[in-house]
Amino acid sequence: MHPQRKKRLQLILFMVVAIGAAVGLLMYSLSENVNLFQTPTQIANGEVPVGRTIRAGGLVVVGSLKRDDTGLAVTFQVTDGAATVPIHYEGILPDLFREGQGIVALGKLDESGTLQASEVLAKHDEKYMPPEVKHALDQAHEDGKAAMQNPASSN
Amino acid sequence: MFDLYGDLSPQLTAAPEFGELALIMALVVAALQTLIPLWGVKRGHGLLMAYARPLAAAQSMFLLLSLFMLGWCFVHDDFSVAYVASNSNTALPTPYKISAVWGAHEGSLLLWVTLLGCWGLAVALFSRSLPLPMLARVLGIMGLVSCGFILFTLETSNPFARNLPSIPTEGADLNPLLQDFGLIVHPPTLYMGYVGLCVAFAFAIAALMGGRLDAAWARWSRPWTTAAWIFLTIGIALGSWWAYYELGWGGWWFWDPVENASLMPWLVSTALLHSLAVTEKRGLFKSWTVLLAIFAFSLSLLGTFLVRSGVLTSVHAFASDPERGVFVLALLGICVGGSLLLYAIKAPTVASVGRYEWISRESFLLLNNVLLVVAAFAILLGTLYPLLVDFLGNGKISVGAVWFNTMFVPISMILAIATAAGAIARWKADSFGRLFTMLWLAAILAVVVAVAAPFVMASSINLKVVMGIGLAAWLIVGSLLDVWRKARGQLSRIGGLGLSYLGMIIAHIGVGVTIVGVTMVANYSQEESVRMAPGESHTLGDYRFVFERAGHYEGPNYISDITRFSVYDGDQLINTLEPEKRRYTARGSIMTEAAIDVGLFRDLYVSMGEPLDNGAWGMRLQVKPFMRWVWLGAIFMAIGGLLAMLDKRYRQRRSEVSGGELPV
Repeated sequence: MHPQRKKRLQLILFMVVAIGAAVGLLMYSLSENVNLFQTPTQIANGEVPVGRTIRAGGLVVVGSLKRDDTGLAVTFQVTDGAATVPIHYEGILPDLFREGQGIVALGKLDESGTLQASEVLAKHDEKYMPPEVKHALDQAHEDGKAAMQNPASSN
Repeated sequence: MFDLYGDLSPQLTAAPEFGELALIMALVVAALQTLIPLWGVKRGHGLLMAYARPLAAAQSMFLLLSLFMLGWCFVHDDFSVAYVASNSNTALPTPYKISAVWGAHEGSLLLWVTLLGCWGLAVALFSRSLPLPMLARVLGIMGLVSCGFILFTLETSNPFARNLPSIPTEGADLNPLLQDFGLIVHPPTLYMGYVGLCVAFAFAIAALMGGRLDAAWARWSRPWTTAAWIFLTIGIALGSWWAYYELGWGGWWFWDPVENASLMPWLVSTALLHSLAVTEKRGLFKSWTVLLAIFAFSLSLLGTFLVRSGVLTSVHAFASDPERGVFVLALLGICVGGSLLLYAIKAPTVASVGRYEWISRESFLLLNNVLLVVAAFAILLGTLYPLLVDFLGNGKISVGAVWFNTMFVPISMILAIATAAGAIARWKADSFGRLFTMLWLAAILAVVVAVAAPFVMASSINLKVVMGIGLAAWLIVGSLLDVWRKARGQLSRIGGLGLSYLGMIIAHIGVGVTIVGVTMVANYSQEESVRMAPGESHTLGDYRFVFERAGHYEGPNYISDITRFSVYDGDQLINTLEPEKRRYTARGSIMTEAAIDVGLFRDLYVSMGEPLDNGAWGMRLQVKPFMRWVWLGAIFMAIGGLLAMLDKRYRQRRSEVSGGELPV
């Protein structure tokens, strides 16, 4: 083969292998490293395994916020209108955290069904509703409507 | 003239109409700037081509006038303008009224097109050495991009739209997060970078149209690309700095979609800078360079699309409006599709001549390009993946910082290793033996520093720190030793090494400095959230934080809870810090103002959480070693870029470079 062509071929092969490997690794690690959003209904139905990192969210139930007397631990409940999930968190809540507001928490479910949150997010805009929370509310609303129209199939 | 609306309201002026009219005029001029010069090029008509310069100047003047008018409306509290009413307030301090011009979607878009016009003006002014057909094409293409975005502004996001006839008496105020010095300077700087990549893009397309991709084209394009890259670098660093002190929890990078949208063009334009070097010096990688220029600008546009369409929600997504999204997507499609089509037609005719061996500067720069592009691609994938999954109906997911770090860190490490060697390698062919003799000392010093660093910081070994600091030291020491060798041990000779070379060295040292900062902050930051009442103290690391007292304070448009902390190192008082919790009255929104004691080797960061019972507060205390180095590195990179840009070979007179020019 012509030396110049050979070199070009080597180069192209190198690039193809490098890019292929990169894309493969990226896709593999993406499938391992994402956090799925779960609605309170899904959690209440036991669809979420214990100990797996998930994101969960909904509206903070009014009157559910309880603070620890000595430390920074808090517990509160979030709802999508159909089910509620208790969340436990230790640390400083975001500025926009308020009862009745939509929030998203990152954490793991424990044996008792409480989400042990490592992070609580509330966006920096009072008009803003996290899209996941909106999705959860809509979902619960849809389920509710379906259940009313066809009570036999709901479980 | 200014009391056209006298019968409606005495304060009402025609300023918004003037602004809108100026914007429409800019659109008309931009259209002419596209049509006349390009027609002139087609017909080989010198006079028509020469219209490019004055038209570019006129366009920028109209845009500046339009932007000025919007600013005027803000300063004079003209709440009949819907955009002013929703982003300003009579109590807002004047500097923030001015920065509120780009505080939300409509105004920031106007800023975007105005800056594009200014880049056009700069090209018209500073391209004396450019042959006329090339200049006509470059400005013509920039005019076309301008047309698209001015049309977008007028059609979907007119900042001058009126609230008539019911004029609010008070505005809704600027988002308090944006009421800050960082946000006065961050958006214009970042936009200068984004939009500046349009110049590199226009040069690439112009060269493709003319069928001349040569060293001269690379030489013209290089300083412009560098200028845009400098703005991008500083803009990203400013954004990170702002997030660090203003969001109240001390993070400096979140892998937020909007940050990613700025990092991707930065990575690709960094690749472009290096690829342009090869094209200029050796006449190689031509079509690749063109492709990078197209990608870099496309990624800026993609960033605009991601931010403006609201498909990705983040702190930055001011508004979600599908119509805007579709419009930007259409512009993106036309721009990317059109330029790639042109590329497909023209690029095969461009042959790169010249050869190089496996070990040569060309190879190292190729590696640099591949790695940077792969990194940009990985970030693109991570940013778009949640959209894709949602689109396919597989649920709502998020890609966390862990993933981005896992991807980005190894790529940066290989890049850092290659950088020190690549900067020293010779063009065409070099040998391992030579590189080894030049770098063994740097390698040994790097290992020594790397192993020593974790013991100095924490008296125990930490492999991540060894690797991070080792790479940074390798890069810094390798660069400095090369300067020393080239100057043959005499400081006085350093000035004679050429600005371009010194610029490269300083920028590479900057990368090392940033790596030091990132490594130290990531591994040795100490953070605790504690419940504290006045009089109590808490020890974090070597520092004791004493909560002196809590107070109350009233600002111009907010009320604030303020606390006073004294920080001691042993018995010695270091500083008193006064973090605040503000409540902005117009919107009722709560803001955390962190208090930071800044130092070259550590930042002390105190911010207030929430009020608890009995006067206690949840407090967030942090010690962040080497925090400043993260941004200091960016400043080094920008200075390096500036020096490279000022190299004398870009300032040649027309007579020197245009010897071989053909009138196309």
